[in-house]
Amino acid sequence: MNSSGEGSCGLPFVSSPSVLLGHGGGGRLTQQLIQEVFRKQFTSTFLKNEHDSAVVPVEKGLIAFTTDTYVVRPIFFPGGDIGKLAIYGTVNDLAMAGARPHYISLGMILEEGFSLEFLQKITQSIQLAALKCEVEIVTGDTKVVERGKGDGIFINTSGLGSISHHLDIQPSRLQKGDAILVSGDLGRHGIAIMAAREGLEFETALESDCAPLSFMVMDLIESGIELHCLRDLTRGGLASALNEIASTAHCEIEVVEEQIPVHILVQGACEILGLDPLYVANEGRMVAFVPEIQALEALERMKRHAVGSGARLIGRVTSDPIHPGRVLIRSRIGILRVLDLLNGEQLPRIC
Amino acid sequence: MNELKFIDEYRDSQLAKKYLDKIFQITTRPWKIMEACGGQTHTIVKYGIDQLLPAFITLVHGPGCPVCVTPVSKIDAAIELVLRFKVILCSFGDMLRVPGTSMDLLRVKAQGGDVRVVYSPLDAIRVAKENPTREVVFFAIGFETTAPANAMVADLAKKQGIQNFSLLVAQVLVPPALAAILSSTASKIDAFLAPGHVCTVVGYEEYEALVQKYKIPIVVTGFEPIDILQGIIMCIDQLENGKLKIENQYTRSVKKEGNLIAKKKIFEIFDVTHQTWRGLGNIEWSGLKLSENYRDLDSEFRFHLSSRFPQSENENSDCISGLILQGVKKPLECQQFGKRCHPDHPLGATMVSSEGACAAYFRYRGLFRHE
Repeated sequence: MNSSGEGSCGLPFVSSPSVLLGHGGGGRLTQQLIQEVFRKQFTSTFLKNEHDSAVVPVEKGLIAFTTDTYVVRPIFFPGGDIGKLAIYGTVNDLAMAGARPHYISLGMILEEGFSLEFLQKITQSIQLAALKCEVEIVTGDTKVVERGKGDGIFINTSGLGSISHHLDIQPSRLQKGDAILVSGDLGRHGIAIMAAREGLEFETALESDCAPLSFMVMDLIESGIELHCLRDLTRGGLASALNEIASTAHCEIEVVEEQIPVHILVQGACEILGLDPLYVANEGRMVAFVPEIQALEALERMKRHAVGSGARLIGRVTSDPIHPGRVLIRSRIGILRVLDLLNGEQLPRIC
Repeated sequence: MNELKFIDEYRDSQLAKKYLDKIFQITTRPWKIMEACGGQTHTIVKYGIDQLLPAFITLVHGPGCPVCVTPVSKIDAAIELVLRFKVILCSFGDMLRVPGTSMDLLRVKAQGGDVRVVYSPLDAIRVAKENPTREVVFFAIGFETTAPANAMVADLAKKQGIQNFSLLVAQVLVPPALAAILSSTASKIDAFLAPGHVCTVVGYEEYEALVQKYKIPIVVTGFEPIDILQGIIMCIDQLENGKLKIENQYTRSVKKEGNLIAKKKIFEIFDVTHQTWRGLGNIEWSGLKLSENYRDLDSEFRFHLSSRFPQSENENSDCISGLILQGVKKPLECQQFGKRCHPDHPLGATMVSSEGACAAYFRYRGLFRHE
């Protein structure tokens, strides 16, 4: 193993166990990284042209276009890793617009010294996730920053998807009476990540819920469900997503605490840490706003998919547009209260 | 982690309804009950228990949020330790957002200060061992609940001869604060729900003395909705029937004598001292400081901070948190609530931590009123 090769472009790739500045320099090391790590996994025909841009065909209709950046710590966690997250997250963002995901761009910022073995594992995980979602990695970029200027690895993915139906899925389509469905129990990702994080030593069998939602969404659309709005529940959890939607739609939303599914292990961890599961992150859950009359049919459709098997009806839109929108929750003992946005990050309580 | 049980049972809507019916049945007169602990305030506001009670039962919120009552001068000291003395400051998470005179620890961290969130004081010892060339300070705040663990790390650091570790102590004691509130003529409290977790550690013998001295029923109470409702029933039952005693609702956790081992450890390591409470001012013999034997572990002594940070402070003059902590006023009576005073820019003690009464109202009620 040779680790004295900083900047020594031209060393055989296998001689370094970790990322060197030269891997981002555009020279031979960069080429080696592309060939031996990325091209080994990513086999899209659109990559073969080795052109500055991928030139891809599109279907008739509308295109959905999204981007997201992934900075998760730790990079490997129970149930997933940063690579899987970077694909599913962007695929889910496309799905939330009712788009069928097709193409993904992959930008990586690597910190000098980052393990090449990890990079290979992450790349493999990206490709597996892409295969599972039926999307292709069609373009990419890698930069290397000096040691201390990054946190191992940051990933940015952008996604292109096509929309071939006539639904207009967005918050402004909310209507009084709409049913609110959540696709499964909440908070698994956030708690799994916290348990894996240094400094918080508790053991749990929980795994991240990180999963693609696109097939379930396509199924809902194809079965004729008039989706009014979809939102994947990521940072900030259910409470933040509902608040964003209520605020954009200027509607009042009411959910019933007792109907909101939370796994007993998530509930237990939240009790101990002083967190509220409604604000804990998810990576494979969504809320769907559907016409009241189709609520049960939509629920039944969602339950046919593994990612939707725990779907529940949790509430309704209770007003026509008012100003400002707000989210109310009926507490277990029957009182309505505000379910507000958090001020800053959720911090574990002292007692 | 084992499956957590016996939580849902204490949030059961049918049982809650049964207890509420009972409260309506036994209540004939207006009563004002104070819950002493921020955790109880949180449950009451979150579940809307106060809104389900008969209109003439008033729940007022006590001084029991340790983060809220930590004096500004201690936060300033913590900030000084990080910025000037370049220490690694380990703190419980919710302390980071609380503003000192000019900034909070989150901002210090963003500026490059080494502030770390720990979940146990033992983590701070680990940080000290991992960083032998740096000074590591643990921000030891809290009521009697955190005192045993904080005492234990002081003991451990001394026994293991860890040279680069010290504690910035802001430990407070509940009974002297309750006595101060009861001595004030303004609050007119009829009964107390005593803090279940504090009593788990120290027992409730001291509260028995308060019952006799101030002629007021006290019920040691837990933190779930059903606990709170039971505690309220026990208070009202005493008040309506002219009884006067200490009762223990939280029997699944609290024994009269408390946890003897924990108590012994607290008073081995700490001495009782006068203490400033944010929002309440100075209360005699209401705090803990490291005893003479452990002086080397006291950050204020080690870094010669005490003279720089005298223990006196005033909240913003528009802030009524002092009156809220004494049960004289409620958050929604404040002119500044949700306006100049907001969790993002709090004016005073009861808005600074999520456990504070004003912050709980803001979070769970917003500016929303029942039509």
